[in-house]
Amino acid sequence: MTEEEMVEEPVAADSGDRPTGPLWERIAPSNLDWRSIVLVPMLAVIAALAVGAALIVLTEGVAEVPVAYRALFQGAFVGIGSISETLVAASPLILAGLSVALGFRAGLFNIGAEGQMTIGGTTAVIAGFTFSDLPMLIHLPIAILAGFVGGAIWGGIPGWLRARTGAHEVITTIMLNFIAFRLVDYLLKQPFILREGRFDPISKDVAPSARLPDILDWINPALRLHVGFIMALLVAWAVWWLLFRSTVGFEFRAVGANPDAAAYAGMSVTGSTVLVMAIAGGLGGLAGANESLGILGNVFSGFSSGLGFDAIALALLGRSHPAGVVLAGLLFGALRAGGRTMQVRSEVGIDLIVVIQALIIVFIAAPALVRAIFRVKTGKGTGQLTRGWSA
Amino acid sequence: MRLELRGITKRFPGVIANDSVDLVFESGEILGLLGENGAGKTTLMNILYGLYHADEGEILIDGEPVSFDGPGDAIAAGIGMVHQHFMLVPVFDVTENVVLGVEPTKGPVGTLDVDEARRDVRELSRRYGLEVDPDAITEDLPVGIQQRVEILKVLFRQAEVIVFDEPTAVLTPQEVSEFFTIVEGLKEAGKAIVFITHKLGEVMEVSDRISVLRRGKVVGEAIPGEITAAALAEMMVGRPVNLVVEKEPAQPTGPMLEVSDLVVIDDRSHRAVDKVSFVVQSGEIVGLAGVQGNGQTELVEALTGLIVPISGSVLLDGVDITAASPRARHDAGMSHVPEDRQRDGLVLDFDLTENVVLNTYHGRPYSRGIVMDWEAARQRAVELVDQYDVRTPSVDSVASTLSGGNQQKLIVAREFARETKVIVASQPTRGVDVGSIEYIHRRLVEERDEGSAVLIVSGELDEVMALADRILVMFRGRIVAETTPAETSNAQLGLFMAGEAAS
Amino acid sequence: MTATRAETRELVRLPAEIRRQRVIGAAYLFLAFIVVWFFALGSEGDATFRLGQAVGEIDLTFSASGMAWITATIFAFLAGVHLIRGLGKWTNVVLAVALALFAFAFLAWAADGKSFSLLGMLRTTVAASTPIAFGALSGVMCERVAVINIGIEGMLLTGAFMAAFVGTIYNPWMGILAATVSGGVLGLALAVLAIRYHVDQIIAGVVINIFALGLTSFLTTQVLAGNFDRFNSPGVLTSIAIPFLSDIPILGPVLFNQNVFVYALWLITASMTYGLFRTRWGLRSRAVGEHPKAADTLGINVFRTRYVNVVLGGCIAGFGGAFFTLGAVGVFNQGMSGGRGFIGLAAMIFGRWHPVGALGAALVFGFADSLQVRLSILDSGIPSEFLLMAPYLVTIVVVAGVVGRARPPAADGQPYIKG
Repeated sequence: MTEEEMVEEPVAADSGDRPTGPLWERIAPSNLDWRSIVLVPMLAVIAALAVGAALIVLTEGVAEVPVAYRALFQGAFVGIGSISETLVAASPLILAGLSVALGFRAGLFNIGAEGQMTIGGTTAVIAGFTFSDLPMLIHLPIAILAGFVGGAIWGGIPGWLRARTGAHEVITTIMLNFIAFRLVDYLLKQPFILREGRFDPISKDVAPSARLPDILDWINPALRLHVGFIMALLVAWAVWWLLFRSTVGFEFRAVGANPDAAAYAGMSVTGSTVLVMAIAGGLGGLAGANESLGILGNVFSGFSSGLGFDAIALALLGRSHPAGVVLAGLLFGALRAGGRTMQVRSEVGIDLIVVIQALIIVFIAAPALVRAIFRVKTGKGTGQLTRGWSA
Repeated sequence: MRLELRGITKRFPGVIANDSVDLVFESGEILGLLGENGAGKTTLMNILYGLYHADEGEILIDGEPVSFDGPGDAIAAGIGMVHQHFMLVPVFDVTENVVLGVEPTKGPVGTLDVDEARRDVRELSRRYGLEVDPDAITEDLPVGIQQRVEILKVLFRQAEVIVFDEPTAVLTPQEVSEFFTIVEGLKEAGKAIVFITHKLGEVMEVSDRISVLRRGKVVGEAIPGEITAAALAEMMVGRPVNLVVEKEPAQPTGPMLEVSDLVVIDDRSHRAVDKVSFVVQSGEIVGLAGVQGNGQTELVEALTGLIVPISGSVLLDGVDITAASPRARHDAGMSHVPEDRQRDGLVLDFDLTENVVLNTYHGRPYSRGIVMDWEAARQRAVELVDQYDVRTPSVDSVASTLSGGNQQKLIVAREFARETKVIVASQPTRGVDVGSIEYIHRRLVEERDEGSAVLIVSGELDEVMALADRILVMFRGRIVAETTPAETSNAQLGLFMAGEAAS
Repeated sequence: MTATRAETRELVRLPAEIRRQRVIGAAYLFLAFIVVWFFALGSEGDATFRLGQAVGEIDLTFSASGMAWITATIFAFLAGVHLIRGLGKWTNVVLAVALALFAFAFLAWAADGKSFSLLGMLRTTVAASTPIAFGALSGVMCERVAVINIGIEGMLLTGAFMAAFVGTIYNPWMGILAATVSGGVLGLALAVLAIRYHVDQIIAGVVINIFALGLTSFLTTQVLAGNFDRFNSPGVLTSIAIPFLSDIPILGPVLFNQNVFVYALWLITASMTYGLFRTRWGLRSRAVGEHPKAADTLGINVFRTRYVNVVLGGCIAGFGGAFFTLGAVGVFNQGMSGGRGFIGLAAMIFGRWHPVGALGAALVFGFADSLQVRLSILDSGIPSEFLLMAPYLVTIVVVAGVVGRARPPAADGQPYIKG
């Protein structure tokens, strides 16, 4: 008798209360079925836009829907100016999305990208105006590195707390977001950072040698696309390499998928937790540096403007794969860029974009909902990862 | 009362768990339902208990067809089940567990009538001779007493048919005989008893009738006393069973693993391992026997570096590894087949290649610095899959798609194919099909013959008797007996496992 | 069975537990040092705490440095206890009292040479605790049936919005009703995603938060902005003094001269405690949270129990959210819940998933929250940003110090899949 002939009892009977499957898999199945990779996200976007339209109808009337959505589309895609804006908006989103995605891959929830951006953006700016006599080739990397390190420290704290004390990173990263906002508010008031002659919280300007240079200014000086977008793509590739081609990434993924087996295999679960959160924080910091060294040139209170929270939705939509994050980042960048145009040209505010993004993840996370609405096959549903509050 | 299952069929994707099963249960009778792991016993009982729906067939009570939409209906129809994994809320007290679901209440908001509940539980335990303190917190009770709570739950719901699913798996031999007395008592009280097990001896001892289930089908029925154990075993596995392992006498060549005065505290602050000392020599297999939960798990975790013992020492080839990390132990030549392969042995969502290098990825040839060489890893996986007969379409398949036996063989391949000095194998054949059991046993003996020191932890007496050159018996955290298969019998070993000290 | 395992058991403390006790001991030592260095050596005069409604009614005047020395001594003693043998299950309670003591010494230092209304501080504490406590109770309600509710923040925010919106159009009571219902609807959304679609519960909660923040912000700019009088001026519900009880010195004005939200909080905490631990509903809920499969095999409907409790939990959070607009500020501002829902979650953990514990923990956080309001009056020289950080910092400290020991419902966060 061979085992093929044996009747295998369904595993669910006993292991039903044990989470199985790695985090990204449980959030969004990665079977290479075109339905779950292409169809579900597409339908999710359509469904979310439909619900958004319903909201416009409720608040502004039917007539406003085509006006708003046309502006949204034009602001995102029509003309080189719009495309430039979409890419500009996508850059920090991709970086912050990678931060969240890396955490997911290692079984950790980094809800703190917003705070890491805030800190990283500020440290980058400090490095950007402190050294003013350096050539760009040295100064810019220093400023970017400062952003990474700032974010890495801010992300490493919850990692360390999780590994040492078992404090759940969801709570600690959220708290650190609030603390980061206040801390930067405080820093901005210091004479060392506050711009001369100003009393509202805004920093000095970054030296030109630490600014991310524009790419398309040879076509039209008004085009704001800068090197930060290329940096985001390179970082996405680096994260992919780290996850899938390095021993460190192998550890991250093993710890994320099955911490018990990883420990049995001799990997350090606590070390991996701290390192993942620090790197994820660093990526968040890079997102902040991308904003502050890119289009802003300085930082002010609340400059991160919710990008770090969009990143959570984005990582889910991109299935925590670097390539997926890039694509999702482009979509969300288009929504942001288009949303600004929509806000200007119609009666509809940009907050609608946040609602649409939230709805997209609802539909992504529960393909059964999409199935119910569109009557198509959507692949298997998503599972879960939470092991409760204790470590 | 007479309960009948007629033509029950249940399919899961890819398998038929039950294939037109017919069974009859009668009041005042004990039916033994015998079958290997995976024969479909549990599925069948879950259908009877309303947890699954049968695809075909019907259930009749006293000739009337009934249909169960959930356990609630089954309970109402007088069916009670004592599950293999106890369905007790650990933090509740005994009374709360017994009355849960049928609570006596008073007042407008459903206030629990705690006094009445406690009185009822006391009364019931007196009537059936099941002594339990109604106020004890369940998780603090020994397993045998927890089982009584389960039985009380069933009786409290006035069940007429009581199904026991592998009830003796976690009991000491002494608790088993107490359990049989209880079951006899229930039979006298006119209950219909179903006793599900894969243990031949027990089913022969206690049943009035035996039905044998194999691959989802009832393949035979028998009356104990009219059939031999060998014939029953053959019926159960479908061919003559040879659990004797072919091996030469051991030729130990000196101590390899030396454990002295080891003390380990478990996560509930108990002394799970209490001053344990033993030696495993190169070239011998030592079997560590004992009923589950007597400290074996914690001992193994201390040996493999997952728990730091609070005192004592572990030497591997003369080197003190008491506080070494799991990785340092791997690298020093310790291999480990963990007890729970799906939780600790494999990353189920990783492919076979990734699982093969799970504990060797950090060195050559699989990586240089931090750069993985997946080509080398994949080659290794291909070799091992071939060499250890792991049946899989490809090494790129995900580990969760393998059958239990093949998953275990994959772990065995990973652990044995390295240079090993010590092998610690916990329950190496639990839940594995017969073919894989024989294969894994043969490999263990080969490893011994190549000079490894092998420690096998098993709750299966037969396995320990067949494989080990020397046997240690663990009871309540201590080694209570040391013997050899030649010097002892199953019965004697059972007594040791129950804590009857060796003379 | 003569000897049970309980008898053979030797109570030995785990290495991890010993380490934790040492860490806490070291933390006490550190705090004692801070108290001596900053508070004892940094103050010379007397601090006056006013405990009456009017100046001079009930005044408590003492030496600020004396207070600091006493606190430091107690902390040093606690440090010794923790370093030598630990405090076992009393650790959390003692920690809460010690934090209060530290805050007291801190206030004494800040009020050095001045007079300070402690009564006002305590009243602010109760007010600041209220939304946190409702969030914590909502969490207890959901997690007792093993559904993690990260969406409390969004439920509070939505409740605050609906209370302002409906409360302005109709009346405050309709506003409270709308807030409660909207919280329940979000609870239902969480339940459907988590229970029916097995979406990871943390993800589902995060989605609810993003959705709630986006929707309320959207509606605020689309509808409320510019129509302030019509849609966003519900006013604040005034305090109602309970006869006799409110006349008790100190406690009276703090506990029994508050608005309906505070009274509802006392009531819900009490009835939830009774319900969870004394009724059939509570027994079944806890069984579903600890061992859903056991509950299922006993004919208890796991899904229905979870749905009911999560929706009720949403209602509690929605009701609590109404406090922001109708109980405190009087208008709705975007994102006005400011993380109180997450702090509520921490309070739930600190309170060990028990309604009374959650309320107690919420008071600790509320105290930290009210510090910044009061200290800015005292002009202590500490930057306001750091005072604003206080509740968040305290949350991290508490979660890091406590989680290792607290024991959540065994099935917390795991979906129940039948069969």
